[in-house]
Amino acid sequence: MTNLTNIGDLLAHAYQIEIEAVERYQMLADQMEVHNNSELEKLFRKLAYHEGQHAEEIRTQMTDANVPELKPGEFRWAGPDSPEAVDLGDIHYMMTPWHALQLALKAEQQAFAFFDEFRRSASDPDIKRLADEFAEEEEEHVAMVLKELEKYPEPDDDWDDDPDPPVSPE
Amino acid sequence: MSSSKRNDAGNPRQSVSIAIVGSGGTGALTAGAMLLEAAGRVGLYGLMTRSVGPQIRGGEAAALLRFSAQPLACMGDSYDLLIAIDWRNADRFAAEIALTKDSVVIGDPRGGDMPEMVPESGARTAEIAMKALAKDIPGGRQNMIALGVAVGLLGLPEADLFAVIEKQLGKKGDEAVTASKAAIEVGLAEAAKLDHAVPLSVPSANAEKPERWMITGNEAAGMGAIRGGIRFAAAYPITPATEILEWLAPALTKVGGVLVQAEDELASINMVIGASFGGKPSLTATSGPGLALMIESLGLATAAEIPIVVVDVMRGGPSTGIPTKSEQSDLNIAIHGCHGDAPHLVLAPLSVGDCLFTTQWAAHLAEAMQAPAVVLSDQFLGQTRALIERPADVAFIAQRAAVTEAVNDYRRYALTAEAVSPMAIPGVAGGQYTADGLTHDEAGTPSSAAGHHEAQLDKRRDKIETFTYGDHWADIEGEGEVAVLTWGSLTGPAREAVARLAEDGIKARLVALRLIAPLQVEQLATALAGCKRVLVVEQTHSGQFYRYLRSMCDLPDEVRAFHRAGPLQIRPSEIDAQIREWRS
Amino acid sequence: MSKAQAVAYKQGDYKSKVKPIWCPGCGDYHVLISITRALAEIGVAPEDVAVISGIGCSSRIPAYTNCYGFHGVHGRSLALAAGLKVARPDLTVLITSGDGDGFSIGGNHFLHACRRNVDMTYIVMDNRVYGMTKGQPSPTTEPDWDSALSPGGTGLRPFHPLVIALASGANFVARTFSGDPNGTARVLVEAIRHPGFSFVEILSPCVTFRPDEKEWKNMVHTAPVEPTDDAARAARRIMTDDGFNLGVLYRGHRAPYQPEIGTASVDVADLEEAFLL
Repeated sequence: MTNLTNIGDLLAHAYQIEIEAVERYQMLADQMEVHNNSELEKLFRKLAYHEGQHAEEIRTQMTDANVPELKPGEFRWAGPDSPEAVDLGDIHYMMTPWHALQLALKAEQQAFAFFDEFRRSASDPDIKRLADEFAEEEEEHVAMVLKELEKYPEPDDDWDDDPDPPVSPE
Repeated sequence: MSSSKRNDAGNPRQSVSIAIVGSGGTGALTAGAMLLEAAGRVGLYGLMTRSVGPQIRGGEAAALLRFSAQPLACMGDSYDLLIAIDWRNADRFAAEIALTKDSVVIGDPRGGDMPEMVPESGARTAEIAMKALAKDIPGGRQNMIALGVAVGLLGLPEADLFAVIEKQLGKKGDEAVTASKAAIEVGLAEAAKLDHAVPLSVPSANAEKPERWMITGNEAAGMGAIRGGIRFAAAYPITPATEILEWLAPALTKVGGVLVQAEDELASINMVIGASFGGKPSLTATSGPGLALMIESLGLATAAEIPIVVVDVMRGGPSTGIPTKSEQSDLNIAIHGCHGDAPHLVLAPLSVGDCLFTTQWAAHLAEAMQAPAVVLSDQFLGQTRALIERPADVAFIAQRAAVTEAVNDYRRYALTAEAVSPMAIPGVAGGQYTADGLTHDEAGTPSSAAGHHEAQLDKRRDKIETFTYGDHWADIEGEGEVAVLTWGSLTGPAREAVARLAEDGIKARLVALRLIAPLQVEQLATALAGCKRVLVVEQTHSGQFYRYLRSMCDLPDEVRAFHRAGPLQIRPSEIDAQIREWRS
Repeated sequence: MSKAQAVAYKQGDYKSKVKPIWCPGCGDYHVLISITRALAEIGVAPEDVAVISGIGCSSRIPAYTNCYGFHGVHGRSLALAAGLKVARPDLTVLITSGDGDGFSIGGNHFLHACRRNVDMTYIVMDNRVYGMTKGQPSPTTEPDWDSALSPGGTGLRPFHPLVIALASGANFVARTFSGDPNGTARVLVEAIRHPGFSFVEILSPCVTFRPDEKEWKNMVHTAPVEPTDDAARAARRIMTDDGFNLGVLYRGHRAPYQPEIGTASVDVADLEEAFLL
C-alpha cells in the first residue's frame, strides 16, 4: 500500500491523518449540536481537541524536515477515507458515548494499522524509527479509548427509539 | 382619427387608414410593409398592424395601415381605403376593418364574392383587374399592382416607393425589381383613372422629409434592453413575443452579449436568474402561458434579490387563448401571480415606440433595486410596425450596487437605509454567499425565525416602495374635471379620444400609467386632483386594472370602468363616446 | 487561475461555517467532504466556484460550502447554472441535486443539459427517496418500495439516469459511492476538469427513510473495465451491470457549448441604423 520513501512524506501523512481526524470530529460535534445531543457534542469536541494536540506535536517535528505540500489526491491512503477519520455513515443522532467511543476506537486502530504496516515495510532506519513512534502513539490512543469505554456499558437495544415521527423541513 | 367625418372634400386629411387584404400567397402583407416604408421615407408617421388567418402559409391576410403628418397613437376607427387583392375569407376581417359610406373599396372582379360588410357599409366601390393586369407583365405580381394603386391614391412620390422596391427586392435580382416597378406603374395608372370625390393624400410634415424610424414594439423592446445594458437573454419561442428574442439574438452578439435558446420557459427564466447572479444584466421575453410557467422563479428572483427583466407580450387568455391578438389580461398574474408576499416591478409601455424607453427603464429599475421587473407589452404594441421619431437618448442604464473588490464579513442581505444591499459578484474574494429562495437572515443563511422573515420582507417591500421613480411613472396630459385613466397599450386610443374631445372644446385629462406596480398612489391622487369623473379604460374582460386601482387607492366619487376583452381593441371613438355620453 | 497558483487551498477553505441539517449518518456529509476535497485538489479559488442547487436534502450543499452558491427552486438548478456558466465562463460551476429534484421535477432540464453540453459538473446524490418530505418514492426507487404515498409501491420501472445521460449527450458519465470519499473526490476532480457537461451519480444512502441502503457499502465495487469513449458500449455496460459498479464509465470528446461573450464588435448606437429610413 503506502510507499513513503522519506521522512517528509511520512510527516505529511501523519499530520494529515490528525488534521482529518480533527475536522471529522468537529463535523460530528456540529451534527450532534444541530440534533441536540449535547453529551455527544461535548465528547466529539473533546476528541477533536485531543487529535488537534497530536497534530500540533507532529507539526513541531515538521519544521526541520523537508515536508511536501500534498494535494488531497496525493495522499496515499489505502482505504476510502483518511485512516483516522470516523465513517460518517455510522453516525446516529441518538448515539451514546459507547457508540462514539466504539467509532473512535476503530479510527485509532486504523491509524495504528497504517503506521504499523508502514514500519514493517520501511527499510530506512530513520523512517522506521519515526514510524515506530507514530505507531506507538496510536497504540496508546487505542488503550486510552478502551479505558474510557470501561465507563460506559453497552446500551440497551432500544437506545435509538424515538417516539416522534420524522418531520418535513422543506 | 377617422378622416371621413372631419375633412371636407378636397382638403388633405389628418390621417388615412388603408387596408390591403388577400389570401393564398397574394402578398398583401408585403405590399403593406412596402407602403409603410415608402410613407416613412417622406417623413410621414404611420402604423401597420396585420390580421391573419390560422394558417402558417397561404392563409387570408390583411395589412392594416394608418398614416398622418402627426404622430399616431393608435389605429383609426374606420378605413378610408380597402384594397382586396381577392375576397377569399375576407369576411373574417369584417369586425376589424370598419367601413363607412365615405370609404372606398377596390376589388378584383375575378377575386371572388365581395363580402356583405361592403354593401352594408354603403362604401363606394371600384374594380381593378389586378390579377389580369399582373399577368400581362413578365414576373408581375398582383400585390404590386395593389401597392401602385395605394401609393397613387395616397399621392406618395413614385421615387420613394421605387427606392423601397430596390432595397427590398434588390437581392432577388434586377428582374424582380423591374417586374415590380412595371406592376406598380400599372397600379399608379389605374389609380389615376379612379375618379373619387375625396382625395386620400395627407400632407407631409415639411418638404425636408424628416427622418423616421420604422420599428415594431418587439424590436423596440429589444433595442431598449440593449440600451439599458442587458447583455444576456434566454429564450423560448412564443407568439407574439418571439420577435424580441429573434431581434436580440444577433444584436446581443454584436454588443458582447449572448442569447441562449432554452428548453422551456422554466429554463429561460432560471437561465436569466443565473446569468444575473453572475453579474450580467439579463432579460427574457414571453407571453401569458410562458409567464405562468415563470411565476415560481419570478418569486425566487424576488426573494433572492436578483435583478431580471421579463417582457410579457400579452395575448388573449386564459390558457392558449388567442395567441395572435392583443389583450391586457395578464395584469393580475403580473402583479399578483407569485405566492407569498413578493413585491416586484410591473411596467407597461404606452406606445410602440415607448416599448424602447419602458424596457430600458425596466432594466435600470430592476438593477437599481435588485428586483425582477415585468414589462407588460402586448400583441398590438409588439407586432405593430410604426413610423416614429427616433426615441430620445435617456440616461437609464443598468447600474447595480455591487461588491467588486475583496471584502470581509460580507452580508449579502444586510439591512441598509435604502434597503438595497450591495451584491457580491462571483469571483470577488470574501463575497461568497448563497443566494436563497428560503427565508434567510442578513448573511443569507436559511432561517425560519419570525424576526428574519419579517425583516427581509420589509426590506424587499421598502426598497421598491421608497424608490424615487421621477416623472416617468405615468403620462399625464390635458386638464379638466374628467379624466381618462388607463395603462399600457390602451393609452393610444385614450390619447386620441382626449385630443378629439379637446378639438370640440371638451376638457379632459389623460392619465396613462407606465409604472403599474408599485402603484404611485400619492402621485396618482395629485394627477387626479380636482377631477370629478374618472373613466378607467382597459382591454380586459373583468376589469382587472379597475379592480387593482380600487384595491389600492381612493378615486374620485364618480368612476366608470370601460373594459372589454380582446381581440377587438377599444377604439378612440368608443372612449370619446363614453365621455360625451357621461357628460350629457 | 492565477490566484490558484499563488495560494495552495486546503479542503477546509471550501467549507462554510453553516452547520448542515442533514440526519447524522446521511451520505451527503461524505459528498460535501468529497466536493471540498476535489476543489482543493484542483486548487481553484473558492470565490471562483459557484455551487448551484434546487430543492431537497442534496440541494442544501451550496450554503455549506465557502463558494458562491444558489439554492433556487425545485428542479431548475441546471438551467440556472447554464445561464451562469454561459454568462461567466471563467467560473467553475457545480450543480448539486438529488434523484427527485434532478430526475423527476427537473427531468426535462437534465435531458437538455446533457444535450447542451455546457462545461459544468452535475453531481446527483441518489438515495432513491424524497427525504425532505418524509419518504416518498422517487424516479429511481424500486417499484415495490412501500410508502404512505404509494402503498405497495409505485409499480413503475425505475429511471436509469446514467443511460439517459449517455443517450442525451453528456460528455462524461460516472458513478460513485458516498462512503468512498477519496474515490468520489478523484472522480469529481476528473469530472470538473473534463470539458463539457459531466454527470456524476453518487449513491448516497438515506439512513432515515431507506435504512436498507446502509448495506450499499457492502454492495458497491469498482467497475471491472476501463472507461470508454464509445457511448453505445458504455450504455450497454451500464444497462447490464448490477447498479453498484463504480468509476468513470464514459468520457466523450464533444466540444462544450460556450458562445463568445464579452467582445463587442459594434457600438450600441450602430444597431439603430437598421431602424432609420
